[in-house]
Amino acid sequence: MIKVEGLTRAYGSFIAVNDISFECKPGTVTGFLGPNGAGKTTTMRVMVGLTPPTGGDVTIGGLHYAAIPNPGRHVGVLLDASAQHAGRTGREVLEIGARTMGLAESRVDEMLELVSLDGREAKRRVRNYSLGMRQRLGIAHALLGDPSVLILDEPANGLDPAGIRWMRSLLKGFADRGGTVLLSSHLLHEVEQIADEMLLIGNGRIVARGTRDELLLNATGGVHTTLVTALDNGQLSMALTEKGYAVHVAGSGLRVTAEPVDVGRVAAELQIVLTDLRAGNEGGLEDLFLELTADTQRDTLPTEVPA
Amino acid sequence: MTATALTTLDVSQTPVVPFGRLVSVELRKLADTRAGRWLLISIAALTLIVLIIQLSVVVSQDINATYADFMQGANAPMGILLPVLGIMSVTSEWSQRTAMVTFTLEPSRIRVMAAKFVGLIILALVALVIGLLLGALVNLLYGAFSGNDPVWGSVGKVILCYLVVWVLGMATGFAFGAVFLNSAAGIVLYFVYNFVLPAPFEIGAQLMDWFDTIRPWIDFNYAQGPLLDTTISGSEWGHLVTSGLIWLVLPLLIGVWRIRRAEVK
Repeated sequence: MIKVEGLTRAYGSFIAVNDISFECKPGTVTGFLGPNGAGKTTTMRVMVGLTPPTGGDVTIGGLHYAAIPNPGRHVGVLLDASAQHAGRTGREVLEIGARTMGLAESRVDEMLELVSLDGREAKRRVRNYSLGMRQRLGIAHALLGDPSVLILDEPANGLDPAGIRWMRSLLKGFADRGGTVLLSSHLLHEVEQIADEMLLIGNGRIVARGTRDELLLNATGGVHTTLVTALDNGQLSMALTEKGYAVHVAGSGLRVTAEPVDVGRVAAELQIVLTDLRAGNEGGLEDLFLELTADTQRDTLPTEVPA
Repeated sequence: MTATALTTLDVSQTPVVPFGRLVSVELRKLADTRAGRWLLISIAALTLIVLIIQLSVVVSQDINATYADFMQGANAPMGILLPVLGIMSVTSEWSQRTAMVTFTLEPSRIRVMAAKFVGLIILALVALVIGLLLGALVNLLYGAFSGNDPVWGSVGKVILCYLVVWVLGMATGFAFGAVFLNSAAGIVLYFVYNFVLPAPFEIGAQLMDWFDTIRPWIDFNYAQGPLLDTTISGSEWGHLVTSGLIWLVLPLLIGVWRIRRAEVK
């Protein structure tokens, strides 16, 4: 539905987006991940025609954004929740949108209810909104025209944990009904639970892409690791080493280069009591994310991440 | 939204946003904030106040005044504040960053700007009606208080002249706003053009005969003088057109060109 081909955007000698290509399919949520300044926002701005590309092409449903008549009815956009007139009420912001798109005023009430802004809050001016309320208003604005495509830049920014969960189910539902969602974030955990596909971007390039599981396996180079804690770690460690698995102490337990089932089998054989056993790749995605985007990270990585 | 996974958009059911709707939205945006509403109210209120002061002065000093004189009084606030309104209608989209939303709902920036412009012209016409009515009211009061018969002169010419002055003022403000895309810069430079520039032009005209000859053709403020006096005729219309090309049309073209290319942040 969204098709990005060889997109490049340069500012003088600085290349914000460097020859990136990807596609977002209907019925899926695509997570666009990267540190601040990686080029996510620029890419999204080019999509909706606010920034002209230096090279390459973006189409939505086969059309350039500017060629979509009444685009708010097809593509819901939230690029910056703070980009609203501070002196307008939340309700007025939506009414202007609804009027432009030619929607009934009842649609405004529906959207306010959907994003849980009550009548009193809707009458307040955006100046007095918290970032979370602005995000809710922005999401309401994006959904106003009942679009089939959503392009959201950092929509979870400023939302409280309950709000993030709410947004997650909202977007999931939207995709399940056949919608296409592209959302960006600089926080992995915001995206990994809902994104069917993830794009990791750093320094203007896509550095990795795939489903969560694909990325995870790549993250560890195809090697499975297991985190295990036993009542007697020493005994378990010896037994695993004898079987030929590499074992390292990690926190209060052990990190083993093996699948959890193998570790469990060894423990069962020797009747070692385990208090914790889980796949150890989980941290891998975060590591991968940080590693792949390290060039653009502002903070250096700690050398060892404790398990 | 369709349940099937289509990869193309079906846009057959959604016509382009009609221009009239864009105009009505832009008009609404002029008045839907406290700042915008008060600017509109204060334009009307200041006009009334200026006219009352003018009335009390001419009556107490026993000065003869005409409808055109009162309209010139009304022009004091209108002539300054209508252009400010024109400037802010463009620049607020940038300072408040609403241009991002505006241009995603209507990607044709030319159409948005045209809708804004038409909205402002409509507002200038409303201002004209208000100004003419307030001026007429004060002229009638003048007749009642001074004992003289109110002098209406050529009402048609008065209407025509102030229609042109206020529409041009609004349009010039719009053009300045579009060129600078910044409220402060737009307003300050508009005031420089409107209040400061006439001085060097005047000095130049005094010192240099050739400049005195071409001044009416290039000085837009000067060329509007005969409109304010409601005496404009003949070649003075030509002055208005040529100087308007420099101070209105040129900035307008630069501004539209700039907005079309601008990266909207």
